[in-house]
Amino acid sequence: MDQFIVQVLNGLDKGSAYALIALGLTLIFGTLGVVNFAHGALFMLGAFCAVIFSRLISLSHEIVDETRTDFLGNPMTVDVPYMHDIFGPELGASIIDWAVPLAILFSIPVMIGVGFAMERGLIKHFYKRPHADQILVTFGLAIVLQEIIKAFFGANPIQTPAPEAFTGSFDFGVWLGYDPLTIMYPYWRLVYFFFAAVVIGAVFAFLQFTTFGMVVRAGMADRETVGLLGIDIDKRFTLMFAMAACVAGLAGVMYAPIVAPNYHMGMDFLVLSFVVVVVGGMGSLPGAVFAGFLLGILESFASMPAVVDLLPGINQIVIYLVAIIILLTRPRGLMGRKGVMEE
Amino acid sequence: MSKYNVTRRGVLRTGAGAAAGLTLPTYLRAAAHSGFTNAPTGDTVTLGFNVPQSGPYADEGADELRAYQLAVEHLNGEGDGGMLQTFSSQALEGTGILGKKVEYVTGDTQTKSDAARASARSMIEKDGAVMITGGSSSGVAVAVQALCQEAGVIFMAGLTHSNDTTGKDRKANGFRHFFNSYMSGAALAPILVDQYGADRKAYHLTADYNWGYTTEEAMASSTEALGWETVNSVKTPLTQTDFSSYIAPVLNSGADILVLNHYGGNMVNSLTNAVQFGLREAQANGKQFEIVVPLYSELMARGAGQNIAGILGSQNWDWKLENQLGERYKGTNAFVKSFGEKYGFPPSQAAHTCYVQTLLYADAVTRAGSFEPCAVVEALEGFEFDGLGNGPTLYRAEDHQCFKDVVVVRGKENPENEFDLVEIVEVTPTEQVTYAPDHPQFSGGALGSCNNGA
Repeated sequence: MDQFIVQVLNGLDKGSAYALIALGLTLIFGTLGVVNFAHGALFMLGAFCAVIFSRLISLSHEIVDETRTDFLGNPMTVDVPYMHDIFGPELGASIIDWAVPLAILFSIPVMIGVGFAMERGLIKHFYKRPHADQILVTFGLAIVLQEIIKAFFGANPIQTPAPEAFTGSFDFGVWLGYDPLTIMYPYWRLVYFFFAAVVIGAVFAFLQFTTFGMVVRAGMADRETVGLLGIDIDKRFTLMFAMAACVAGLAGVMYAPIVAPNYHMGMDFLVLSFVVVVVGGMGSLPGAVFAGFLLGILESFASMPAVVDLLPGINQIVIYLVAIIILLTRPRGLMGRKGVMEE
Repeated sequence: MSKYNVTRRGVLRTGAGAAAGLTLPTYLRAAAHSGFTNAPTGDTVTLGFNVPQSGPYADEGADELRAYQLAVEHLNGEGDGGMLQTFSSQALEGTGILGKKVEYVTGDTQTKSDAARASARSMIEKDGAVMITGGSSSGVAVAVQALCQEAGVIFMAGLTHSNDTTGKDRKANGFRHFFNSYMSGAALAPILVDQYGADRKAYHLTADYNWGYTTEEAMASSTEALGWETVNSVKTPLTQTDFSSYIAPVLNSGADILVLNHYGGNMVNSLTNAVQFGLREAQANGKQFEIVVPLYSELMARGAGQNIAGILGSQNWDWKLENQLGERYKGTNAFVKSFGEKYGFPPSQAAHTCYVQTLLYADAVTRAGSFEPCAVVEALEGFEFDGLGNGPTLYRAEDHQCFKDVVVVRGKENPENEFDLVEIVEVTPTEQVTYAPDHPQFSGGALGSCNNGA
């Protein structure tokens, strides 16, 4: 039983990331009708927002410390962050420590800007083209973004730690009445799960309870009629693209302490997120979220040593296997609506 | 308007002429080559540096390339000469190789066997490289070594740690200076037992490919010989980035040691996850839980940051060796000085092994008096040398593996700067890491005979 709980917990944070990415993908697909293969790259850019921000606030100037020597025997140059000069060593250090949560504020305008530029600069030219063209151009864009990041940050993962207060693990086992140390769960993953829940809730509330959201939902259902009513639906859809980019970016920022960001991390999530969208049902937002968590937890179970011993390699195919089964029994996905991508 | 009449006689005549024309230069070239692939004819010689310039090990590749450029400078008599002064064989004089100026071409292995073979082939066939060196993966090393054997050029392996490179996949034209999985196990096991006790239960997480397997085998057998028990070993996909579902069951498995047979990005991520899940603070079987990383690298340590503190592992070389352990490791400071002054930071062990391999090749050619692969093989086989940073070293004739001291290191608790992340715990002497050429972990391969190609 304890192993069961451990793997459910493990699935939650991965599921959160899948859900956030799939949510953005579905939003873009539902509004603009574009299959965006660059969405994983947006997740990666979000994670690098955390890296860039923590580098920015750790910017430092050099002072020469004559009492110490460097590896060549010359006097050692020591870096002193500007934050220490501005806010004093203590406050400066804690600001640097809280870089990842603070990077959220940095990433929102950046990701909205990136999303806006992507939609206006490239994707809008592909609305009337076939899906295959859209896939090719967005996939190409993803590769370009990846290579730009690699050129600046190198290929190795870059550690971006969570604040000191969130390092370490929470002993879930003791809380549930098990022996100590049986069910450990890192604090930051707990934070990530709640963060994802808040973001998902905010997106749904926005679509459900605002006039803007209502127009967007109406546009998703029948774009032409909304246009005939004199509403500039294109402009709203552009904003939705920027918002989807922002959701992917936020998912990336907060994921940075869980898996050290590298240029390739977007691709690792992209394919699985598409499976999540298809399993959830094309165009269904609740479906995307539900399928995200479901597949995250399933993947986690399949990686248990007991399961891998029984069925070697199952951990790498389980998601696709489940996707096949679901699509055979429910061809529109778990919560897919009739008529989406069917004409 | 003209009209061409194609006749049978005309075709035959043209064909014969063309055949003769094609044969003539080949015949002349073969003579000039004195019977081996890419014999240098002019006043230059071309070496092929095949390193990962993209993919997960691109940072290692970049450092290897820096070292190769430095080696070429030193061979051509530019710069401060680096290890040329400390190398026990004083055959190299900074006048190129056999008086020919050294030039180089580079290829991108992408850490993929097929891409690495394609770039090596192109360097041999198009650029006329007489020797191929580099790489940062055993999968790549084994594949390129086999290609060089067929093509008749020398392969001086870069960073490759699998037993197989000089074990079951060894080749007469291939040479490895870097240490291997067996040596890591043999060097680490006594220190692990000394530090953590003989009554320990280990859990292995292993990268699911060639290098992972041999490292797990080496670590398990050498620690079991000293009393440890291996409770479980789990293969993890090479593409895995989040290891939480592999790490979470470790604490309940009855193990009190976690061995991470991972390298590069895999290792950075799995170690980070292990630390996040509180393994470093945990107690198991009444003992402090410990993590071991058999193959360390400075570049990985930089990636793992604070998480590496206190964790034991092994290295082929470290830039602090001569400063801390003295004269025995001479050459180290000379290399660190030339590298540090040119690039502004100390070299990694990947850079060191590549620099040394280039010098060893140049020296062997000089001593043999020829670029002919079989002559070079003969000069390198059984060659004993010193002054290249590892202390006295032997290139064993039976398997073309270098035998030298192995450095056991630990992640530093309070690093002073980003280059000072590991501390040297102990150096395991050569005798303790030497094995018979037909040792079970290396069996099933044969060097075969050297190939001059052409």
